[in-house]
Amino acid sequence: MKKIEVLGPGCPNCQRLEAVAREAARTAGVEAEIVHVTDPREIVAHGILSTPGLIIDGQIRSYGRIPSVGDVASWLAE
Amino acid sequence: MTTVVVSRARVPFWLAAGIAAVAWLAAWFVNLPLANWAAYDLLRFERGSHLGDAVAFFLYDVPKVLLLLLGIVTLVTFVRSWFPPERVRAALAGRGTLAGTVAAAGFGIITPFCSCSAVPLFIGFVEAGIPMGVTFAFLISSPMVNEVALVLLWGLFGPGVALLYMGAGLTVAIVGGLVLGHLGVERWVEPWVLAVRAGGGATSLDVRLSVEQRLRDGWAYTKDLVWKVLPYVLLGIGIGAFIHGFVPTELVASIGGRDNPLAVPLVVAIAIPLYSNAAGTIPIVEALLGKGMPLGTTLAFMMAIVAISLPEFVILRRVIRVRLIALFAAVVVAGILAVGFLFNALGI
Repeated sequence: MKKIEVLGPGCPNCQRLEAVAREAARTAGVEAEIVHVTDPREIVAHGILSTPGLIIDGQIRSYGRIPSVGDVASWLAE
Repeated sequence: MTTVVVSRARVPFWLAAGIAAVAWLAAWFVNLPLANWAAYDLLRFERGSHLGDAVAFFLYDVPKVLLLLLGIVTLVTFVRSWFPPERVRAALAGRGTLAGTVAAAGFGIITPFCSCSAVPLFIGFVEAGIPMGVTFAFLISSPMVNEVALVLLWGLFGPGVALLYMGAGLTVAIVGGLVLGHLGVERWVEPWVLAVRAGGGATSLDVRLSVEQRLRDGWAYTKDLVWKVLPYVLLGIGIGAFIHGFVPTELVASIGGRDNPLAVPLVVAIAIPLYSNAAGTIPIVEALLGKGMPLGTTLAFMMAIVAISLPEFVILRRVIRVRLIALFAAVVVAGILAVGFLFNALGI
């Protein structure tokens, strides 16, 4: 079970990243729990200022951009 | 370990990028003759007639503005992917007020800023101990001296106007930041924001991106942006074409001209609700400038459109009090008015 955190205050790009993460989990055949972190204090605590950010199992994978489904799937499969 | 196969057979990335670049250049050079041919030969409008000139302006301007947006925004996004706000914060932390303010305004040119990131950005800057004035210099400069405005100004009016705009924008950001810094505005920041000091638990931000990924990101961002602004561009160029073909020069000169002291405040008031439609407004500005609107009025109009964002003020309310938002807005408006009056007075 992977833990995917999507960091962002709920802007359109954050919603899109969440959709990408969901799709990637399906593509990779990985079971994942997706959490949406909207508290700005928590986002900043990770060192991220540009949203949306993506954290998989505690590791920051991307911030300030929306990675492709393929990229997220390969991170999930690692 | 599972291997995920997601690649499809396709044209190699760099070949596609090369073909796109050549196609862009070709389109750029055939645009003017093609537009004239379409307006005057294919559609048989009379050269020099009001309607014919308006149609030719429209047919020439739509591809030109779209080509500028597609090509140069992709490049700008690509280059600025090396300067994320996280890196700017690290560079600004621990600098003096003056050096920090100047640097923050400068970073505003290249650093992307989206108003939905405004709150984390603000908290992050406070957390790093960056002075309030420096933070505001960045908040003024980043949207005002933005890439879409600069690219379009450069493409439509040449490098002179684009550089003047950039210089004026940086000056407003630096002076605005210094003024706000001197007023001790910390007292109007929400206390919980000031309490977030050095969380320390920052996870490693060591996320590497290949050059190809950065270019792909740039292209994806640009497609998105152009798609979003397209209706405004078409509307703006339509209005611009109408002005170009039908509105008499004397009318523009009498309302927006140097002799009318209310011209600058008037255009700023008109610009405030037009936020984020820079791409659609520049063609209107282009037509107005062609009809004799002075440069100061034009620059003030552009600046007010991109720099004064009501949605951003609403978002910032989460971290700062209304009084500070009002003060921030007042400083920016004063700066824009000063730029407008100054350029008009200098008669540039």
